[in-house]
Amino acid sequence: MTSGASSVSVAMVGSGGAGVLTTGEMLLEAACAAGWNGLLTRSVGPQIRGGEAASLLRLARAPVECMADQFDLLVGIDWVNAGRFGDEIPLGPASLLVCDPAAGAPPPMAANAKRVIQLPIAELTKAHPAWRANMIALGAAGHLLGLDEAALHGVIAKRFATKGSEVVTANVAAAAAGAQAVDGDRGRVALAPVAPAAAKRWLITGNEAVALGALQGGIRFAAAYPITPASDILEWLAPNLTKVGGTLVQAEDELASVNMIIGASYGGVPSLTATSGPGLSLMIESLGLATASEVPIVIVDVMRGGPSTGIPTKSEQSDLNIAVYGMHGDAPHLVIAPQSVGDCWVSAHWATGLAEALQAPAIVLSDQFLGQAQTAIHRPAERPPAGQRRVADGATLPYARYALGGDGVSPMAIPGTAHCAYTADGLTHTERGTPTSGARDHLAQLDKRRDKLDGHEYGPLWATIEGESEIAVLTWGSLTGVVREGIAQARADGVSAKLIAPRLLLPTRPAEMSAALAGVKRLLVVEQTHGQQFLKYLRAHYDLPAAVSVLHRPGPLPIRPHEVRRHLIEGGSR
Amino acid sequence: MNAAEPLKCRPSDYKSEVKPIWCPGCGDYHVLMALTRAMAALGLPPERLAVVSGIGCSSRIPAYTNCYGFHGVHGRSLAVATGLKIARPDITVICASGDGDGYSIGGNHFLHACRRNVDLAYIVMDNHIYGMTKGQPSPTTEPDFDTALAPGGTGLRPFNPLVVALASGANFVARAYSGNPNETAELIVDAIKHPGFSFVEILSPCVTYRPDQRSWKDRVHPAPVTPTDDPARAARRLMTDDGFNLGVLYRGNRAPYKPPTAAAMLAPESLDEEFVV
Repeated sequence: MTSGASSVSVAMVGSGGAGVLTTGEMLLEAACAAGWNGLLTRSVGPQIRGGEAASLLRLARAPVECMADQFDLLVGIDWVNAGRFGDEIPLGPASLLVCDPAAGAPPPMAANAKRVIQLPIAELTKAHPAWRANMIALGAAGHLLGLDEAALHGVIAKRFATKGSEVVTANVAAAAAGAQAVDGDRGRVALAPVAPAAAKRWLITGNEAVALGALQGGIRFAAAYPITPASDILEWLAPNLTKVGGTLVQAEDELASVNMIIGASYGGVPSLTATSGPGLSLMIESLGLATASEVPIVIVDVMRGGPSTGIPTKSEQSDLNIAVYGMHGDAPHLVIAPQSVGDCWVSAHWATGLAEALQAPAIVLSDQFLGQAQTAIHRPAERPPAGQRRVADGATLPYARYALGGDGVSPMAIPGTAHCAYTADGLTHTERGTPTSGARDHLAQLDKRRDKLDGHEYGPLWATIEGESEIAVLTWGSLTGVVREGIAQARADGVSAKLIAPRLLLPTRPAEMSAALAGVKRLLVVEQTHGQQFLKYLRAHYDLPAAVSVLHRPGPLPIRPHEVRRHLIEGGSR
Repeated sequence: MNAAEPLKCRPSDYKSEVKPIWCPGCGDYHVLMALTRAMAALGLPPERLAVVSGIGCSSRIPAYTNCYGFHGVHGRSLAVATGLKIARPDITVICASGDGDGYSIGGNHFLHACRRNVDLAYIVMDNHIYGMTKGQPSPTTEPDFDTALAPGGTGLRPFNPLVVALASGANFVARAYSGNPNETAELIVDAIKHPGFSFVEILSPCVTYRPDQRSWKDRVHPAPVTPTDDPARAARRLMTDDGFNLGVLYRGNRAPYKPPTAAAMLAPESLDEEFVV
């Protein structure tokens, strides 16, 4: 390891409240400041304090969008309930274990470790009551990774600046002691050196990226009802919407939040809410209202394990069905799935523009993995095409809100516009908006709402398509990065595969998908659901090759790149 | 407002050409009359007014005005109205509902709208029945009223919307009777002008499923007391009144909801900065 690895993975575990998540963030920040890339995810139990928590960190020379197959370093601040992470923290034969012998026997997953490095946390904190265990672990981990000690101390000083110099001094001393304790193994899992990043980067989570992208895409009103793992989006928007002249209001429930944003958007203000599966379930009726009344709204669903309350803190892709098919009636709408933390910004920005331009609800289908993963990304060079709402100015009278013809997008009158007052309606209506139960109007308006979405030119953002091969992997959302890395691993073994990952899940793009699948003889579908929802979606909407296999699993256990590689090499036989 | 005085705007200026679906004799016709009279009395151009509703006979009212209207899903009108008013404080927003829409499926929003105290007028046309679905008991139906869904009656104590409004923080509480459209119009004007969340319960008979409500015209009477700004006193009165006291029953002085504002506006692009490393 003298020259250093291109990618190193570190897991830090401890009981909830021990500061494991903070430690991971600081390690990532120090590595990013030195020019490396990194991806930090978290795994936590449901308890607020006293449960179990893990920071899962992968540092690399190049940007990374998924976790590695194994962890090179496992740091145990304590082992309380750490065994619950057994499946989520695979160690390899070369992995190192850092722990305090006084903390008792390590959990079974640590048995694979090649070597145990002792870190006397209890002894140090007993001698120095102001030292925090997680700071000792931070110093030790940074030392083993070969991070610059001064840079790490700089991160500590910045993080605790508001707590006063005594806290900073104690934490720096604790980190230095942690480093000292493992000095014999300094740099044992070191990363290969990198040049400092030339351009400015963002250190951002997927939830923050969604919020920033939506705000910069034009959102100026949000309604909020707290839910794990989406609350971060709303909490970021609360102060920041105010700074740009917008507003966030806390709703009494998700039924209210979705209807508040419909009301605000009807008033002409681009609007958003964010939720997770249980909240989306409550919002579905009103999503249909937004479709029928043609009011643009954006709903971010940060998916977690389901059904019902499921696993609130852990990721799954199992809201695909409700996002695509949840509404009663024929209710065309937009579903857009970000593929990485950085893509959360792109997708939210794009979804906001599309909702506005097409006067339809857009669901941004993120997940807990993306939402709560933190990474350094390049500031987006390009902004997705801006979407402007087509508004009525009263020049063409009489005004018909739901006028037929053209591309199906009829100018929307904003309250305050003279001579254009109309009633927006969830009832089937005429072009003027008057309720009707007539077959002709019903069909005409259904056609209008379908055609405006189907006929839109979505451009290359509709999907990520990489490589050419007779073998293709079709995946979506946060698994895109996993599949990309699995394909790279298979290529090293002489098997090439094409990556196809639609970002636009609705409306479907049959012509574009046919082109993407042209010449593909064998297809592997990869998804994080128990019920193969994505495969069924693909079969319903697209012509797939004859040979299709599927790699799928429910959350919370992530699908790892080596599994994709194995499926590609073994031809999908399982 | 006095109906005998000439108006700058006429009620007919606020009435659309859409023919109501209501049954002949429905109290809601008079509510529509009162609402358009109130709008004329306010003298606001129709495009500055928005009427938001949910589902039910009463909730058809937006399309019968020629103001901006929103006819949404069942029970959520207050949420739509809240979002609209907060996003567009320059628009005068009136939310219309019925006893099923407002007190049953939308009950939670009623509590929180009172609490939040956004500057809205909320008018509920209460006929103690689900009319549009053909005569099921609503939260305000008498316990012994016989229906197909609850043969022999629900046996449940009726919901008291005015007390609930008061307890939840509504800033203005009034009761009106649709058969007195001039007084109802005056109460609606008062509600719209009063800052914060103003609630007007309008007794509006259903002649189809509740022909017994024709007797309401003989039972209603002006409240014998002047409105109070003391919620405890108002609550005591409302807990013990006969349900037919008309007029303003509580007039509070709580400041309406005001979203936070920033001292200085920032460009959206500048918000990147907190993430830069």
